[in-house]
Order: sequence, then structure tokens, then C-alpha cells
Amino acid sequence: MAPHDTDGNTTAGEADEPSRARRRAARYVVPVTVMGVAAATIGLVPALADSGDPDLPEITAAQLIEKIAKSDVEQLSGTVKITTDLGLPDLGGLESSLASGAMSQGEDDGSAADPATRLTALASGTHTLRVATDGPERQKLSLLEDAAEYSLIHNGKDVWGYDSESNEVYHGTVDEPVGKAEEERPPATPKDFAEEALKSVDDTTSVTVDGTAQVAGRDAYKLVIKPEQPGSTVGAISVAVDHRTGMPLKFTLTPAAGGAAVVDVGFTKVSFDKPAASTFDFTPPKGAKVTEEGDLDKGGRPEHEPEKDLGKGPDGMTMLGEGWTTVATFDTGGAGLPAGGFLDSLGDKVKGDFGTGTVFSTRLINALVTEDGTVYAGAVTKQALVKAAEEAK
Amino acid sequence: MSRAETAVPGVRWRWTFGLFRSELLTTLRRWRTLALLGVLVAVPVLIGVAVRIETGGGAPGGGGGGEGPAFISQVTNNGLFLVFAALAATLPFFLPMAVAVVAGDAVAGEASAGTLRYLLVAPAGRTRLLLTKYATVLAFCLVATLAVAVSALTVGALLFPLGDLTTISGTRIGFAEGLVRALLIALVVAASLVGVAALGLFVSTLTNSGIAAMATTVGLLITVQILDHIPQLHALHPYFFSHYWLSFADLMREPVYWENLTRNLGLQALYAAVFGSAAWARFTAKDITS
Repeated sequence: MAPHDTDGNTTAGEADEPSRARRRAARYVVPVTVMGVAAATIGLVPALADSGDPDLPEITAAQLIEKIAKSDVEQLSGTVKITTDLGLPDLGGLESSLASGAMSQGEDDGSAADPATRLTALASGTHTLRVATDGPERQKLSLLEDAAEYSLIHNGKDVWGYDSESNEVYHGTVDEPVGKAEEERPPATPKDFAEEALKSVDDTTSVTVDGTAQVAGRDAYKLVIKPEQPGSTVGAISVAVDHRTGMPLKFTLTPAAGGAAVVDVGFTKVSFDKPAASTFDFTPPKGAKVTEEGDLDKGGRPEHEPEKDLGKGPDGMTMLGEGWTTVATFDTGGAGLPAGGFLDSLGDKVKGDFGTGTVFSTRLINALVTEDGTVYAGAVTKQALVKAAEEAK
Repeated sequence: MSRAETAVPGVRWRWTFGLFRSELLTTLRRWRTLALLGVLVAVPVLIGVAVRIETGGGAPGGGGGGEGPAFISQVTNNGLFLVFAALAATLPFFLPMAVAVVAGDAVAGEASAGTLRYLLVAPAGRTRLLLTKYATVLAFCLVATLAVAVSALTVGALLFPLGDLTTISGTRIGFAEGLVRALLIALVVAASLVGVAALGLFVSTLTNSGIAAMATTVGLLITVQILDHIPQLHALHPYFFSHYWLSFADLMREPVYWENLTRNLGLQALYAAVFGSAAWARFTAKDITS
């Protein structure tokens, strides 16, 4: 019982103990309040900062696409956050060594600063990039890592890759300064992805303007591209386009099966001012190991990574069908997969006119490898893939 | 609690400063503190000599490829990078451990030595005594970080060439600007320890045993660092005081990438506010028996 726990301090001697305890406890209100205020701030500030969708004049989808095409942003710098979730098992290094396998037989042959090796890392996980552009001749792309950075700098005829962690430099040259370096690197900015997506737009696609949004503090229109063909694994592609410059600021690809976006690339900060000229200056630091482009070409560097190309197929591939349900096929020349092997256990067995095969699934791409070594792959469902393979036979 | 609030303000401030100075000198004169600083000074020497021996005969640069603490591959080409490498090597453990020992000892050490009540006999008031103790611990954070930085700079200048340096973004900056960045990094590293200091001070007010407080704080430090590496707990990671520690390296980017730096400083301020006020709540209401 606690009969003394009253507000009136009548019996001074006896009520002293509990009220002292209460006063002591009251002091802990301060740290608890501080914590509460902090939690509320963390929770509320983003909600308050989200000032709702901006009011912009109405625009049709066709006008918006034209705006993107006419966009002539020459100078830009910003921070890009890219998240890819293909639903692959987390293979870590294996994945990138597969992608660059053709280039380097052993790890030692390559350079840690070679762009082909480094930028494949973008194929999974979340990464922060910095981009800077000043006209067609000067671009810089940096991949921010923990206490290190990988930079790809194009300045005039030179292309430099610098990996600060290992202090290695890659150097290449471009004969025509215009555009080539831009084409050589895998897509990394929202603009790259948006252009690839717009290439696929045809009469089997619905393109609409879906309101407005704020991206990186700028008002933008939202363009939604939806494949209408059945069998595509692409649910919808949403592109936020800056209302003033027509520059795509954010690109999101959601799979038809639902869930988190497969690819989400967006600026978190963007400025259309001219970047400082020193940004594009690069001299290899003293003592850095420099690899020249020619040293790597012995092994034949793959120019493109198949899984990243949404529209076009690399050489030696046949495209089946058209539009979003295009299936690429090529002959590996081998005898397919050894039955009962490790890779076999990752896929599902299927039978059809093509014999038997194994389907490997990710959240976006499905690939069918048949017994006789033919590969069919596309952003289509398993059923559509098997059907395409049967029709091809 | 304090009954000396009626004193003349000027006198009070001078008195507080005197208390702070005597506290700081007492702390820095302890053998324990000197040994901790000795260890911190030795780390850059060890790294510098090891890198020097490793690359002594062969070609400089190149190899290594991302092993060891950050920045280590550039040390052979520019001694200034030893400052960054040494801070990156000591920040995860040596520096916070030293701070945890000093902070854990702050109040509990006095209590176990039986000197706390004598300190409170002076007309200081418990709040002001606690603030002085915290200021002393913060001053130690700065002293410890600068000890590492100065030792690394000396070793780096003796063993390796100095000169213009390449930022991790690939741009070049002059040596003078490099030094300014090194100082800025040292300050950010010192500020990164503010959270541990507040946590240690709070633990120190909970017990009358200095050893128990130090052990608890160092234990918490290790636990948090381990939890920070468990991927399943990623939702909690942004709230661990050690999570953004290595963001000081972002100062070496061009332009500087502020996002994680500001998060780190904000988090440290939050820890200081929460555990500082908790320490106050505990200390001002505590029965001082020794």
C-alpha cells in the first residue's frame, strides 16, 4: 500500500520519501522527451518536406516524349541513386566475374580500374553515383564506395578510369570525341534508361502522363509506359521528366508480378550549372598503376552486357517476335547444361518441341537453355518463353 | 540541488573554468591516460613502418588492392595519406576505446576513490560538475584524435614524400589544401566520438565502480560494432552511433559529399542530448555515499 502518495504534502515527514522518488523519476522525463522529439522529427520531417505534387500545365504524352527528345541539357551535375533488384541470388563476386569472364581469364589479368569490370557492379544492390557533364566532350561518372570512389572521366580524346581504393588507373582514347564514350558505358543515369525504354515504345504500348511529382527538388511530369502485350514481365515504367529542361530525372521499372521495383534510378540532387572545369582534369597520381586500353583488348572485351540491353540485341543473336515480348536466341554451340549439374538445380525443367530444357528465372528476365545448347531469353513470362521457343523450332 | 546559484556570475564562470582546467590536467596526468595516448601515437608509426618495409625494395604503388584500412594504397606516394589511413584504422576501435575508458572513469572513478563527495562539497552544484566532466571527456576526444593525426603526419613526412595529392574523386588539390582537409577530418573524427563519450558518462553515473563503468562502456562499444555488421538488422543500423563513422572519408571527395557527414554529426548530437540528459537525471538525483 502507498497511502502517502497524495498530492497534499500534509504529513511532511512521511510523504517525503515517495515525493522525492517522484521528483527523481521526473528528471528522466528530459532524456525521454529528447528521444521522443528526435523520433518525431525523424518521422515527420520527410512527410512535411513532401509538399505534395506540384501544379504544372497539362501536357499530352506525345508532347512530353517530344520534350524529352528535344532536351538539350549540355551542362549538368548531380547525385544519382540506383537500385537494382533482379531477384538474383546474391552471388556477390561470382556475378561480376561471370559478366567479365570473357575478358579476363584470371583476376590478375584485368585492372581494378577497367570500366567494363567496375560498372557491372551496378547490376545489383543500391549504389550512389555522381555525374557531371559539360558538353559532349567532357563527362564524369563516379561510383561512390565506402571511403573510396571509382571515377570514369571523359575529357576530349581521353577516357580515364580511376579506382581510388587500389590506386589503379585505366586509360583509353576515343578517336571521335563525340558520343562514343557515352555509348560505350552501360546505362547509369535516368536519361540512359529512359531512352532505352522509349525505343521500345510502339503500338503495343500505352503511354500516358500520370500527374506530376517532385524529384530532387524539381517539378516533374510523370510519364508511364505500359506494355499491353500479354506475356511481358514488365509491369510499368515510370519516368519523371523535368518540366523545364525535359531531362528525365527518375526512372522506375516495376515487374508485372508486383513487388519492389526491379530498376530504380533517380537523381537525389541535380544542378544544371556548368561544373567546375577541374572536375574533368585528371592526371594519374604518382605511383599509380596505369593500364592502357590496348593491354586489355587481347582477350576481346565484351562491348555490351546482354542483360542490360532492353531494346537491341548483341551480334550473333536472333530476335523472335517484336515489341515487349521479344525473345533473343543464340546458339552456344555447346551441348547445353550437363544434366544434374549445379546450375540445373537453380532452374525449372520444361519440355516442348525443342526437347527438354531448363528455365532460369529472375524477377524480370527469364532464360531457357535447351539440351542442344540454344538459349532463349527475354523479359517475358515462362509460358511465353516456352511458346516462343516452340514456335522457333 | 545547487545552493551557490546566487554567486556573482563572473566569479562563477572563472570558478567553472578553474574546475575544468584542473579536471583536464588530472585526467591527462593519469598514467592510464598517458598509456592510452601512447598506444594511439604508436598506431600510425606501426602502419607507416609496415607500409615502408612492404614497399621498400619493390615498385611503389599498385598492389594491395583494397586490403587493410582505407587510403592505405596511396600512403607510399604521399605521406599525408597516412593521416587518413591512421584515422581510418584507429576510429573503429582504438579511439573509442580510449574515450570509453576516460568517460567511464569520469564519475564512477571519483566515486570508487571516495573523492566524489569532496568535489561536491565545493559550491559547484552537481549539474555544473557533470558538465565539467563531460567537457573534459570531449577535450580528451580532441586530444586523442590530434595525437593520432600529428603522429601520422610526422611519420608520413619522415618516411614518404609529401606534395600535391589526388582526391578519391581523381581531382588534384595542393598540399596546403590537403593539410586543411586533414585538420577538418581530424575534427570530424573527434566529433564522431561525442556519442560514445555521452554514453560512457551516463554509464559512469550508474555505478560506483570505475572499472565496471569502463568495462560496460567498452562492452557496449564492441556490441554495437558487431550488431552494425549483421545484415538482418539493417533497419536499426542508421541509429547506431558507429554507423556513419567512416563517413569522414567523404571529405576527401571533390566536391565533398555531405549527406553521410551531416547524418553522422546529427546522430552524435542526438546521442549527446539523450545520454547527456539521462546522465544528468541520474547524477543530480543520486545518493552520493562515497
